[in-house]
Amino acid sequence: MGTEGIRAVFSLARSGFRLDVDLDLPGQGVTALFGHSGSGKTTVLRCVAGLERAQEGFLSVNDEVWQDDSIGVFMPTYQRSLGYVFQEASLFAHLSVRKNLEYGQKRVPLASRKVAFEQALALLGIESLLSRRPESLSGGERQRVGIARALLTSPKLLLLDEPLAALDQKRKNEILPYLERLHDELAIPILYVSHSLDEVAQLADYLVLLDHGQVVANGPLQETLARLDLPDAFADDAGVVLKTVIAAHEEADALTRLDFRGGSIYVASRPEPLGRQVRCRVHARDVSLTLEQPSATSILNIVPAIVVGVADTEIRAHVLVHLDAGGTPLLARITRRSHDRLGITGGLAIWAQIKAVALLG
Amino acid sequence: MADLNTVDLSAIKLTLELASLTTCLLLMIGTPIAWWLARTRSRLKGMVGAVVALPLVLPPTVLGFYLLVVMGPQGPIGHLTQALGLGLLPFTFPGLLLASVLYTMPFVVQPVQNAFEAIGERPMEAAATLRAGPWDTFFTVVVPLARPGFLTAAVLGFAHTVGEFGIVLMIGGNIPGKTRVVSVQIYDHVEAMEYTEAHWLAGGMVVFAFLVLFALYTFNNSANRTKD
Repeated sequence: MGTEGIRAVFSLARSGFRLDVDLDLPGQGVTALFGHSGSGKTTVLRCVAGLERAQEGFLSVNDEVWQDDSIGVFMPTYQRSLGYVFQEASLFAHLSVRKNLEYGQKRVPLASRKVAFEQALALLGIESLLSRRPESLSGGERQRVGIARALLTSPKLLLLDEPLAALDQKRKNEILPYLERLHDELAIPILYVSHSLDEVAQLADYLVLLDHGQVVANGPLQETLARLDLPDAFADDAGVVLKTVIAAHEEADALTRLDFRGGSIYVASRPEPLGRQVRCRVHARDVSLTLEQPSATSILNIVPAIVVGVADTEIRAHVLVHLDAGGTPLLARITRRSHDRLGITGGLAIWAQIKAVALLG
Repeated sequence: MADLNTVDLSAIKLTLELASLTTCLLLMIGTPIAWWLARTRSRLKGMVGAVVALPLVLPPTVLGFYLLVVMGPQGPIGHLTQALGLGLLPFTFPGLLLASVLYTMPFVVQPVQNAFEAIGERPMEAAATLRAGPWDTFFTVVVPLARPGFLTAAVLGFAHTVGEFGIVLMIGGNIPGKTRVVSVQIYDHVEAMEYTEAHWLAGGMVVFAFLVLFALYTFNNSANRTKD
């Protein structure tokens, strides 16, 4: 009945809100549920956890059926092999950090324990906090303990509900690397709810875009971010993510070369070793287009690309151009006048000048 | 202690027995009621809450009068206890215990209910995502987090039972060793103009009540402070 991956069909009606989703999600990697507040992304997560019950629903996680209302199956939350991290860590105030961590772990049969205590401590850097009380921890520490506590149940699915939303930028930067490590080191699929495009760009492999309880789009991160029919969702933040590898350090000019499928770009010298994978965001507003390869320009990063399509934006003066740079999607936001003057149309070979690249992480 | 005669001592013993039993029974009966009141969205919530709170505002004589009626030979509880071969409850220790439980109910239910409400949904949801079933969650998360509420409930329940008079007189009467508790014994002493004996018991009650409340407030203050 189930298939590899996560199948989630929920419909739920509440006063002033209707949720209607039908999702086929990958059974591995990080899937981001992205949308504005009120889009229903947290409700979807709570339905997956069984904390909320959709009136009509079907949910299977890698071959295990957790809910199927057509045959009256609804597995209560505590029987689902999942880990859940709330927006505020929700540690038990009456237990020490160690007892909090052990709470879930000791309720899992020995044979199912795959994440070792020390491994979780090391992964989240909380070895020194074990004897502390939750109220004595900083927000970032609490959240890390919350994540470790969820991991220690060796879940088959990890659910993160805006785990960084309650933290300031400094704390976010403190936790993001740990989340990246989860992604890289554990084979647990993660559903990540967020309204921050930066977090999504940094962590996600797959993107689900929600609005008013409906799925507006879903697909692999890079392709979905480059879609032209979703300008409202991203607005001024429209842009793509490049998955790059550190290819060369050119010390003479203090530059680092990043290679991606379809080209390479230079950024100011990076500390990461050769071969390390890094993600970059390229905003559409930072990409301009030219018909001929420019020779006399101060712009360093110029990649050849083919025009895939053009779309209007909410600002009438601007259009959004979808490009294919040797297999990697790019977006460029240019003025309507330039678009007309250059005669930009699908299939045109063109040069994309990238003015700015934001490295994530 | 020369001034406490055996009748006084038996009144003290009976009072402590009654208060302990009432408190234990109320923690068992009151906790599910408090849980239901704290969590339900039923329209009956207001009504049940009001019924539980009635003893706070009714004169003990009113409650005592109706209990006498329903537990009496013609009342429904009277019929039941007679059919079960238990006889009639008025003027017996079990009857007194039943009356105490009803009369002290709000002093136990309300603090526990407040504590449950203060905990909110989140810790229970967190426990469920950590594989704890409902009973497991109740005993390992809810009860420890509601501990100050339980303590307040137990202390108030005990102290209030020790302090009741009107309902004891109506339901229990004044039978030495069976239903004559300290408050009634004091009344007897005063009636008989035995002021010295009355002083011993009454003064003891004042000291007892003060110590209990003092301990409770001190504990709750320090519990709140460590929470901040």
